[in-house]
Amino acid sequence: MRDVAVIGVGMNRWGELWNVAIRDLLAESVLKALDDAGIDSVEAMYIGCMTSGLFTDQEHLGAIGPDYSGICPVPGTRVESACASGGAAFRAAYMHVASGTADIVMAAGVEKMTDVDGGGATFALATAADQEYEVYNGITFPGLYAMMANHHMNKYGTTRDQLAQVSVKNHANGYNNELAQFRMKVTLDQVKNSVMVADPMTLLDCSPITDGSAAVILCSLDKAKEITRKRVVKVVGSGHASDTIQLAQRDDLSYLKSTELAAKQALDMAGKKITDIDFAEVHDCFSIAEIMVIEALGIAKVGKGGPATMDGVTAIDGMFPVNPSGGLKSKGHPVGATGVAQIVELTEQIRGDLDKNRQLKKANIGLAQNMGGSGASSVVHILEGV
Amino acid sequence: MSAPKYWREMAQRYRFEAAKCKKCGKVLFPPRLACPACKSREFENTRINDKGTIETYTIVRIPPSQFTDEAPYPVAIVNMGDNIRILCQVADCEPEELKIGMPVRLEFRKIQQEGKSGILAYGYKCVPE
Ligand SMILES: [Zn+2]
Repeated sequence: MRDVAVIGVGMNRWGELWNVAIRDLLAESVLKALDDAGIDSVEAMYIGCMTSGLFTDQEHLGAIGPDYSGICPVPGTRVESACASGGAAFRAAYMHVASGTADIVMAAGVEKMTDVDGGGATFALATAADQEYEVYNGITFPGLYAMMANHHMNKYGTTRDQLAQVSVKNHANGYNNELAQFRMKVTLDQVKNSVMVADPMTLLDCSPITDGSAAVILCSLDKAKEITRKRVVKVVGSGHASDTIQLAQRDDLSYLKSTELAAKQALDMAGKKITDIDFAEVHDCFSIAEIMVIEALGIAKVGKGGPATMDGVTAIDGMFPVNPSGGLKSKGHPVGATGVAQIVELTEQIRGDLDKNRQLKKANIGLAQNMGGSGASSVVHILEGV
Repeated sequence: MSAPKYWREMAQRYRFEAAKCKKCGKVLFPPRLACPACKSREFENTRINDKGTIETYTIVRIPPSQFTDEAPYPVAIVNMGDNIRILCQVADCEPEELKIGMPVRLEFRKIQQEGKSGILAYGYKCVPE
């Protein structure tokens, strides 16, 4: 295995993009990433996407990606792992370069979610859960995370305000991100009083339906130093783990074992402890998810994710900033693109490329955690500036 | 829903049939080809208890399209003993009465209906004991 760096990143403005089809939605970020790296093609491409078939009737993104980006005959491969598809695509591209089989490989992610109505989107997303033993009985994704929230509140005394604070924090961060879908600040009362989706999760505890894409270019470290004039950002850790697809079959209903294990792999590989990391982008698909993720990562003690959030530990000016981009909550959650967009944010923070109002002061080492289903898949990467 | 897709889960949904690992005794619902605890592939048939306690719950207010007429409805994860937990709806219970630790019993109920002429889909829901 040889060292690998990120040399180019691209992301379009996320939102309800009625006038853009999935082919151009994907190509937009791919072209931006190529421009950012200062190159015109790559040797291979991995595309994270959860379910373009159900959302848009279009499969075969492994061909659509290179074709509409104007880089045929570059080989393209679609990678699917529900909402962790983007992180899994990045890991595949990383492995490809690390193996020495290619020098320059792209990882992209895309989801075009607004070509179906709300019921259609709920149906498509629910395919990430167990169809016969979860979805059959009427549960939804907000419902699964709501059950995790109730369990966490009952077991540890986590409060409604602590959950809502995750949304307040992430919207405050996303307010300054010009690519975010919902650039608005929200208050604790607005979160708690918004429409109830599945008790205790309200609409403002949930990430939105989003059209969006993101792309990054990986390159062997030696070659990276020849190609890019920007700060070289090295991939120092990569981890990936699974858990039972059914939430009910886990030993602990509000602990994300797959995230703990993926993070351990990535940290061990990097030779680091969680306290060595400066900031993280994590999978806050629901407010309770961020609380459980920071516990599984060791940013907060198990059961103390709520108080830590309320005390500002994970705020943009806190001890360990989490989701400086606005997270899935404010930036949006085009499911297949999310994991790649986390790498875009890590890279830009580490390079020091961002506007003053959202550039972190200390951002040499960042961690990205991307999750599928109710936590049945988790992918963790660690990037460091060199 | 195709008829075979519905029909092949009937043993679990109608009769709560499960598999017990011959090597380590772990009970699996639904049955699997390999035991996640000891990797054994030999099982004997068993059934899960019909009594359990609610370990967590929610009330689904924005449902998937096939449950539009039912919402809001409570859904729980129920601990059936033997390290078995299942997810099901809670019937005959006002949302305010739901509590973690509440004793419940599984009953055979209609789960969903596909339009006017589609399959009537049955299975288990839990009710307060
Ligand atoms: Zn066994």
